[in-house]
Amino acid sequence: MTKGVQERERIVVRFAGDSGDGMQLTGDRFTSATAVLGNDLATLPDFPAEIRAPAGTVHGVSAFQIQFASRDITTPGDHADVLVAMNPAALKADLETVAKGGVLVLNEDSFTQRNIEKAGYTTDPTQDGTLDGYQVFKVPMTSITVRATEDIGIGKKEAERAKNMFALGLVSWMFGRPTETTINWLEKKFGSRQEILDANVAAFKAGYNFGETTELFAESYKVDAAPQEPGTYRNIAGATALAWGLIAASERSGLPLFYASYPITPASELLHELSRHKNFGVITIQAEDEIAAANIALGAAFSGQLAVTGTSGPGVDLKAETIGLAVIMELPLIVVDVQRAGPSTGMPTKTEQADLLLAMYGRHGESPLPIVSASTPAECFTAAIEAARIAVRYRTPVILLSDTFIANSSEPWSIPDVESLPEIDPAFATPNGPDFLPYSRDERLARPWAIPGTPGLVHRIGGLERQDGTGNISYDAANHELMTRLRQAKIDGIADDIPRLDVDDPTDDAQLLVLGWGSSLGTITAAVARARSEGRKVATAHLRHLNPFPANTGEVVRAYPKVLVPEMNMGQLAALLRARYLVDVQSYSKVQGVPIFTEELEHEITRLLDE
Amino acid sequence: MSDVMQDGEATPGDGTIPGDTSTLTKKDFTSDQEPRWCPGCGDYAILSSVQGFMPELGIEPHKTVFVSGIGCSGRFTYYMDTYGMHGIHGRAPALATGIAVANPELSVWVVTGDGDGLSIGGNHLIHALRRNVDIKILLFNNQIYGLTKGQYSPTSEEGKVTKSTPFGSVDHPFNPIALALGVEATFVARTMDNDRQHLTEVLRRAAQHKGTAFIEIYQNCNVFNDGAFDLLRDKAQGKHNQIRLEDGQPIVFDDGERCVRVGENGRYEIALTSETSPESIVVHDAHGRPSLPFALAHLSKGPDEPSCIGVFHEVERPVYGQAIQHQLQAATERLGAGDLGKLLRSGDTWTVE
Repeated sequence: MTKGVQERERIVVRFAGDSGDGMQLTGDRFTSATAVLGNDLATLPDFPAEIRAPAGTVHGVSAFQIQFASRDITTPGDHADVLVAMNPAALKADLETVAKGGVLVLNEDSFTQRNIEKAGYTTDPTQDGTLDGYQVFKVPMTSITVRATEDIGIGKKEAERAKNMFALGLVSWMFGRPTETTINWLEKKFGSRQEILDANVAAFKAGYNFGETTELFAESYKVDAAPQEPGTYRNIAGATALAWGLIAASERSGLPLFYASYPITPASELLHELSRHKNFGVITIQAEDEIAAANIALGAAFSGQLAVTGTSGPGVDLKAETIGLAVIMELPLIVVDVQRAGPSTGMPTKTEQADLLLAMYGRHGESPLPIVSASTPAECFTAAIEAARIAVRYRTPVILLSDTFIANSSEPWSIPDVESLPEIDPAFATPNGPDFLPYSRDERLARPWAIPGTPGLVHRIGGLERQDGTGNISYDAANHELMTRLRQAKIDGIADDIPRLDVDDPTDDAQLLVLGWGSSLGTITAAVARARSEGRKVATAHLRHLNPFPANTGEVVRAYPKVLVPEMNMGQLAALLRARYLVDVQSYSKVQGVPIFTEELEHEITRLLDE
Repeated sequence: MSDVMQDGEATPGDGTIPGDTSTLTKKDFTSDQEPRWCPGCGDYAILSSVQGFMPELGIEPHKTVFVSGIGCSGRFTYYMDTYGMHGIHGRAPALATGIAVANPELSVWVVTGDGDGLSIGGNHLIHALRRNVDIKILLFNNQIYGLTKGQYSPTSEEGKVTKSTPFGSVDHPFNPIALALGVEATFVARTMDNDRQHLTEVLRRAAQHKGTAFIEIYQNCNVFNDGAFDLLRDKAQGKHNQIRLEDGQPIVFDDGERCVRVGENGRYEIALTSETSPESIVVHDAHGRPSLPFALAHLSKGPDEPSCIGVFHEVERPVYGQAIQHQLQAATERLGAGDLGKLLRSGDTWTVE
């Protein structure tokens, strides 16, 4: 039977199931196959904080969304074109994410009376009209998987667990994804457990063949490769990119990488990834608590290593005093904050950008420090190197802001040549006279980094105010003012040492500037592109250095009649810009634990322009 | 990093002959900062003993790091002419862990107090002891908060009247030696600020120990808690009440008049030697199971009763920093030295021409 192939420019697929159904893995493998095909893509893993919430309930639904396209795309998509729901709870939780008229692929076997009730439906949604207006495909995924694996000699339970591979196979067929990528990966993962490998491959193939041979699906879809600059590409998640960026900074500085951290969602991935690379000389320490992690890292910084501590918001609260210590000790320390939603424990697996003011002001006394932020998963790589460069050059703690969204999501990345990466000069102090002055300063106001073990540079540092030059304890009034101003001036001076804020204003007469930071870059880019296609004149700019701001930031925000700042917080960057530049910037704020949608922002852009 | 730490590197202005450590003197470890403790503070005596002892180790000042926290003891760092890091309250063991793990060549010493080390920093102390990092921890125990002008501390006795406990403290105190033994510290000792010879002997053994050494030093705060240790510290009284632990020796004290013996239910108790058969006198064994020193730690309720001083426990266990270095070496041998270009290209990639 020959089936039709429908060409599409872009598609959004969402896999949803129980936490234990392996939806993140399914999404991840689909992403890999999609990347290899050359589509541009963006992903959004969306999972609950509970490791295994009660099976079959809406609380336990774990989802993975991917948008892929034959052109440049920047977001995982507002609405899914295709939802794969492994059980009624997944349908219940995620139906609202599906575009009207979209495709629903349901695991028919799981739509039992009991599961339907557990999901909170009173009647069967596949029968009662709930799904009117959608294209519904009911596939008995569990039972076909069990049949397909019958001869392998594994138990029924084990066989059922492979149903996510059936779903992956089916969706791979729907979108013409290559099968080798997935099969190779399965072989690598389960190579030593032949039966499990056979079951997963059988389930995957069964899904693929089911699509091809049954009459249920009349057609499949084709999304061509997106045009890309020449180069070698890979798909990369933000957490991996950040870890590799730190390793790259270590390599380019010659400083051993020393990472001390306490497990916390979503920053643990960094600890896991770095722990795997001991052959790069990476030391990782799982400390007894967040405070210890920061202090162990700071001790390592004193000893001359590229010292990093990583955490999420609650951990930054705990590390605050130690970061202040690093400020006064003027030692290089990178503090990674993978932001998550809410105050206190909040929503640990959901995203937000609400730690900007914490990074900026979350310490007692005047304790300024540089803030660098990553805007996309791949950009975490360069942001990590930049944070290291500033920390080492200026002998200062640097806060590197990432967030749950970019840490977990992934995108294609043109792999850079190692030689093209910036070099970082540790410029350790060397003895050059009888009186070493640990708090003398160079032309950028950085003090010497003199590490224990170096003869002739013996000195003491600490949290008490230092005397200018000698670094001895000083309670002198004028000296405190001098040191406070010196520390501030050192950080402010970095503005000359970072790229100017680049503005994208194709017609040069835009009436509105959309200015963002962090992970809202994708949404801003997509929303502005849509507004422009409607003939709107909109400019964009994106901040990657939040402290200090690039030197021309004031100029940029004053150049436009209206400035819109979209953020996943209550307007933190907007507040900083207003205070600093006295410009009436408008805040667009969303705090739902998910990224801002393109259409929401496009709507806001139109509204402001029409105002 | 190793290029700046080579042994015997000649340096202008260093004053010492590179590589020759035999000429080190107390002066080489004495900084130009004037100590600012209260006159008569026990910290002066400890400082002087430590400065006097360091040359004996043969480790140059630039390979030595003192790390401290907050409290009167925290200032110690500034008076040693070595590398020094004066951190925030309670975190010195964590800072020292980072310093020592990053550079195993250094001799790293932590100076802390009963408030700094056992109250706000209790967590870091127990985890440093558990890990067996190669650091030496000197805990100055004066049973009071001195720097904040006289509040009770986690080692103050029950009923202690202080500014924050005008009706007496209702807190039960820590037994620092039992605490350290409880978390399986590999070296646990107690000494006193004013007994230079004993203090130095304990420091000597601590310095030789591979791993974390925990040394409780009874230290008199003559302003806020004067006389807390008189029973042991005072020359005349101490003679009768100090129970000096000597490896392999029967535990007798008070000029041989009294001894420690195994009493009913296996409990250790103090008895008159004349009324005790020699075979029931406890023989000290610092190298065995921690149960013996644990019982000795509980012989007295506090320093107002006859108490043990000396090395309670001294055993070997893998050292944390070394174990980390071994892992790095093993990973490099197995996987080859890390190749960043290869790492970035690992997994699925595709090429656009």
